[in-house]
Amino acid sequence: MVVGMTMETFLQQLINGLSVGSLYALIAIGYTMVYGILRLINFAHGDIFMMAAYFTYFGIAVFFMPWYVTFIITIGLTMLLGITIERVAYRPLRDAPKTSLLISAIGVSFLLENVATYLFSGKPQAFPEFPLMTTPFFIGGLSFQPVSIVIPIVAFILMSALLFIINKTKIGMAMRAVAVDYDTAKLMGIKINGVISSTFAIGSALAAVGAILWCMKYPSVLPLMGVVPGLKCFIAAVIGGIGNVKGAVLGGLILGFSEVLMVAFFPALTGYRDAIAFVILIIILLFLPNGLLGKKQVEKV
Amino acid sequence: MIQKLLKHIWGWTPMLKISNLQVAYGGIEAVKGIDLEVPEGKIVTLIGANGAGKSTTLRAIVNLVKAKSGSITYHGDELLGLDTTKIVDKGITLVPEGRHVFPDLTVLENLKIGAYMRKDNLDADIQKIYGLFPRLEERSWQQAGTLSGGEQQMLAVGRAMMSRPKLLMMDEPSLGLAPLVVQGIFDIIEALNKEGMTILLIEQNANMALRVADYAYVLETGKITKAGTGRELLADDSIKEAYLGKSHRNK
Ligand SMILES: Nc1ncnc2c1ncn2[C@@H]1O[C@H](COP(=O)(O)OP(=O)(O)O)[C@@H](O)[C@H]1O
Ligand SMILES: [Mg+2]
Repeated sequence: MVVGMTMETFLQQLINGLSVGSLYALIAIGYTMVYGILRLINFAHGDIFMMAAYFTYFGIAVFFMPWYVTFIITIGLTMLLGITIERVAYRPLRDAPKTSLLISAIGVSFLLENVATYLFSGKPQAFPEFPLMTTPFFIGGLSFQPVSIVIPIVAFILMSALLFIINKTKIGMAMRAVAVDYDTAKLMGIKINGVISSTFAIGSALAAVGAILWCMKYPSVLPLMGVVPGLKCFIAAVIGGIGNVKGAVLGGLILGFSEVLMVAFFPALTGYRDAIAFVILIIILLFLPNGLLGKKQVEKV
Repeated sequence: MIQKLLKHIWGWTPMLKISNLQVAYGGIEAVKGIDLEVPEGKIVTLIGANGAGKSTTLRAIVNLVKAKSGSITYHGDELLGLDTTKIVDKGITLVPEGRHVFPDLTVLENLKIGAYMRKDNLDADIQKIYGLFPRLEERSWQQAGTLSGGEQQMLAVGRAMMSRPKLLMMDEPSLGLAPLVVQGIFDIIEALNKEGMTILLIEQNANMALRVADYAYVLETGKITKAGTGRELLADDSIKEAYLGKSHRNK
């Protein structure tokens, strides 16, 4: 172990890694769910996350709404945004080659980034402080920010709820069916469009919660704030096995822990923090081309 | 003959009526203007060689492939242009070629998803299907992808029954199955029909199909070339030659 690292700081770093990893996991789920159902890498997902951060910022800092009202509105608007993007930019291309769909996703991503820059300016805005969440508290000589503990708890609850929906409810069953076979799902009477919209709604809602928690931890918003987390969470989804929700959670946690612990143990590598995701990606894909929990990929016809 | 008469006198229409149906994949004409009728309560079979356009016809009925022209009516209502889910909602179900059970769903989930549009209690139906196919009950919690081909076919039939269809269409249910399993499947088809279910059966196994069918059509490269009762076609020399094998002897 690197000299100077005490047990206390190590524990603190673990908690920190867990909270960063949980945030990544929340966002990674959106990538994996959309991929599972459309075989599309939704490049706009990071920007949906960014828009959610702005919705919260406007609600609290501009319109002075109570935080809980703001959170509900943010989640609602973000779901609407996700559903609308699918409706307008992806659905008309459902039968087009996958490349067209991918290009459309990149287009939506640029559009959101530029609209945000135009409307909100490219300057970072300070996100309102949540003293309740950020004032450190101490346990036996350790200092924690409450937010670092709240994040994993919220993430755990949401992920459990999601797994319940996917595995135990009728709409979840429909999602799993649509993910493997559109035509047969239609023969069961499943309305494909509704199921796809629900998928976007859920993925966007999780990104919205991720954005709210993210901004409590890193209190600033700017139009390009979704780019790097978006890329990392996409990588997290691939590491875990894209299409697999548990894989996305696992991938997010692995990335979060690796980043935080690398910086803690080797402060000299701090500048490379964002690169570690790629290193892990390459290593894992070399040995497990389908990711940790991914199944052998069957191309959809 | 009686049907024709009734039709003229009372304007009787069969349950399913296909008129001049044409279906093309890009430039390839797969179905070239066929007429076909399925009267309520009967077993009708459509036989023909590989690539004749049998699956295409069934897929056009449920709008999984778009028809180019023609008409398909169900109790007199036009189906062409309706969404697949709307057609299924009317009581038409397709057991697709190659079974297409959902591999990651359990056997029980596959049955439940067959009843996706129903809101009532499913227990009695599930028990009934388990009664018909005890193998499925034993494997209730297994993922459908782990079943054998025959078991998957039973599951595909059971899943289709879960929607309580009025018209059950099956695309080559015997394909790739051991003779004993095939016999089992045909027994079930006859049993379902006795309960009042109308069946449109597609088969390359002409011998079996013609034996159970009330009425049969022969499809060759997109055109109906022969039609008649199952018994008539079984006795037809050209059918014997082409589909039943020369060694076949009719009793
Ligand atoms: N998806 C498709 N795209 C292009 N051609 C197809 C497609 N499906 C079937 N065909 C062609 O249409 C014709 C009829 O096919 P099909 O209906 O599957 O025949 P059958 O079920 O009688 O074996 C064949 O020539 C086949 O090659
Ligand atoms: Mg076929």
